[in-house]
Amino acid sequence: MFLARIRVTLRPSILDPQGKAVAHAIGTLNVGPVQDVRMGKYVEMKIQAPSEAEARKITEDVCTKLLANPVMEDYTFEVSKI
Amino acid sequence: MDDERLTFGVVVFPGSNCDHDAYYASKKILGQNAVFLWHKEADLKGVDVVILPGGFSYGDYLRCGAIARFSPVMKEVVRFANDGGTVIGICNGFQILLEAGLLPGVLLRNSSLRFVCKYVHLRVENSETRFTNRCSAGEVLAIPVAHGDGNYFTDPGTLQRL
Repeated sequence: MFLARIRVTLRPSILDPQGKAVAHAIGTLNVGPVQDVRMGKYVEMKIQAPSEAEARKITEDVCTKLLANPVMEDYTFEVSKI
Repeated sequence: MDDERLTFGVVVFPGSNCDHDAYYASKKILGQNAVFLWHKEADLKGVDVVILPGGFSYGDYLRCGAIARFSPVMKEVVRFANDGGTVIGICNGFQILLEAGLLPGVLLRNSSLRFVCKYVHLRVENSETRFTNRCSAGEVLAIPVAHGDGNYFTDPGTLQRL
């Protein structure tokens, strides 16, 4: 069994109003000069695959077909044995 | 007597909430036939026009329209569109068309972070399309919009082509 940990983030060129609103709220905490907040998604997926290579291939497939929209999002992931 | 009316098929996803409006408009205002098409059925029942109505299909989870795109009915809608069939996507229905790759681009969260609900004015640039052939070129239409994710984005090349 493998565990895929996937992060989906907005591409740098895409405006992130949600991140901007959170950055504004952080500004009111008086914790220091925090700038440039970007929001994204984190997904965990358990995969019953014969090998890590196969699990990576499945993860890649799920990311490109469903989890990330290539027009506006990038993704990265790690796969580990559990 | 032959029934010369068109049949509009209104697709119903879990979370669609403007499906009855679309059904009512097709049937009572346009005076045509209308049927509902359930998202789990891969069957368009021989309709002439498909309407993807507004709402919040699958709770807008993941991205608006991203899950609805994989409904059994959508395979048939894509096939219907590629064969030249008329498909109208309203609001969330339009987002589904983008996610399904039938139209280019995506809709991002409004840059103001506000829900926008107002009339916008659209000028008819081309009155030769099947959607605008009852309008005259240059005519200005007042169209109501209501959206939280209405910020259209695509690459510059596609924008130029549009």
